[in-house]
Amino acid sequence: MATEPTTAVLTPGDAPADATGMPQLNVESFPNQIFWLVLALIAIYFVLSRVALPRIASVLAERQGTITNDIAAAEELKQKAAEAEKAYEKALADARAEANRIAEENKAEMQAEIDAANARAEAEIAEKMEASEARIAEIRDGAMQSVETVAKETAYAVVESLGFDADQGQTDAAVEKQMKGAA
Amino acid sequence: MATASDGGFNIAPMDQFVVQPLFSDGPLGMFTVSNATLWMALAVVCTVLLLVVGSRGRAVIPSRAQSVAELAYGFVYKMVEDVTGKDAVRYFPYIMTLFMFILMANMLALIPTSFSPTSHIAVTAVLALAVFIGVTVLGFVKNGASFLSLFWVSSAPLALRPILAIIELISYFVRPVSHSVRLAGNITAGHAVLKVFAGFAAALGVFSFLPILAITAIYALEVLVAFIQAYVFTILTCVYLKDALHPHH
Repeated sequence: MATEPTTAVLTPGDAPADATGMPQLNVESFPNQIFWLVLALIAIYFVLSRVALPRIASVLAERQGTITNDIAAAEELKQKAAEAEKAYEKALADARAEANRIAEENKAEMQAEIDAANARAEAEIAEKMEASEARIAEIRDGAMQSVETVAKETAYAVVESLGFDADQGQTDAAVEKQMKGAA
Repeated sequence: MATASDGGFNIAPMDQFVVQPLFSDGPLGMFTVSNATLWMALAVVCTVLLLVVGSRGRAVIPSRAQSVAELAYGFVYKMVEDVTGKDAVRYFPYIMTLFMFILMANMLALIPTSFSPTSHIAVTAVLALAVFIGVTVLGFVKNGASFLSLFWVSSAPLALRPILAIIELISYFVRPVSHSVRLAGNITAGHAVLKVFAGFAAALGVFSFLPILAITAIYALEVLVAFIQAYVFTILTCVYLKDALHPHH
């Protein structure tokens, strides 16, 4: 492709007809482009090597450090949580055992109390029964006595009313004799 | 190429590459502030904005700009480390400089009516020659004459080695050519195609939606190309640097 490095190429005024060849091959524009290119590259290089790259490198290193620290801290916390869980479970088991022991103890105590109360009640009942029996026997004896007296008096009166010469001693003896025979 | 003034259908796809003074109609001298100056300066400004202003917070939990800056840093750093080796990270700032300049220039060039510095062979040739000369000098400084063993393929049969040495030598000197033409060619071609389709869109009237769709698709492709060419240039630099540091096959 032929190049025509004419001055017309470089004037901006009449634009469309300017680029008759490839502007890339217009040697007259080379010094300008090369000069500004070198300047641009030097500028970028200094900015990057002095400011940007060290800064980004330090940020990345810092982040790496932070992440490493955080992971270590998380590991430690995890360990602590596991320990806490173990302690909690141990406490739970202890409490349960203690509760069982106390319940067992209470049960035994209550059983003893119940037994004692039962014994006491039984003793009382037995005592009362005994007293009752004594009283019943007494009443029965008293009744027998009365019956005997009534019988003797009745016998004497009967004998007397029949017109016999009643002897108190004889009738009493006869009644006693009869009652013994009945008993 | 440029269909000059044949009635209405006037596409001049190469006009966008013309270097011209920005503030005067005078001749383009070495120090004239030109559109090339402007867009290279914008590339520098954007690099500073991203990497310096973006990382200003130094936050452990990064802001969005800082994430992108760290991403760019990590991307190139890992590339240097993986391709060239751990001993080459001291050259990382140079490689990062190349990457950021090419990437920013490529991306900014995608703004309509902008100028693309990396489409110019003068720019890419300087970049490639800087790498070529730097790497060659470094090779000799680091390895002395044994740097030449790069061309002497000791794993090949002895009879073949002189022939291979010639081939290796030629390919070594072709490196800066392919290195620079690849970048300039890709950017030039993409932007020229965009401009051609834009010309179609202007000429087709009702059917202009077709070229507009095509422009949209090609623009997406060009965004990809802008990044990939910066990546390719950088990774090839790393490969050449590796050859200089470890010339033994």
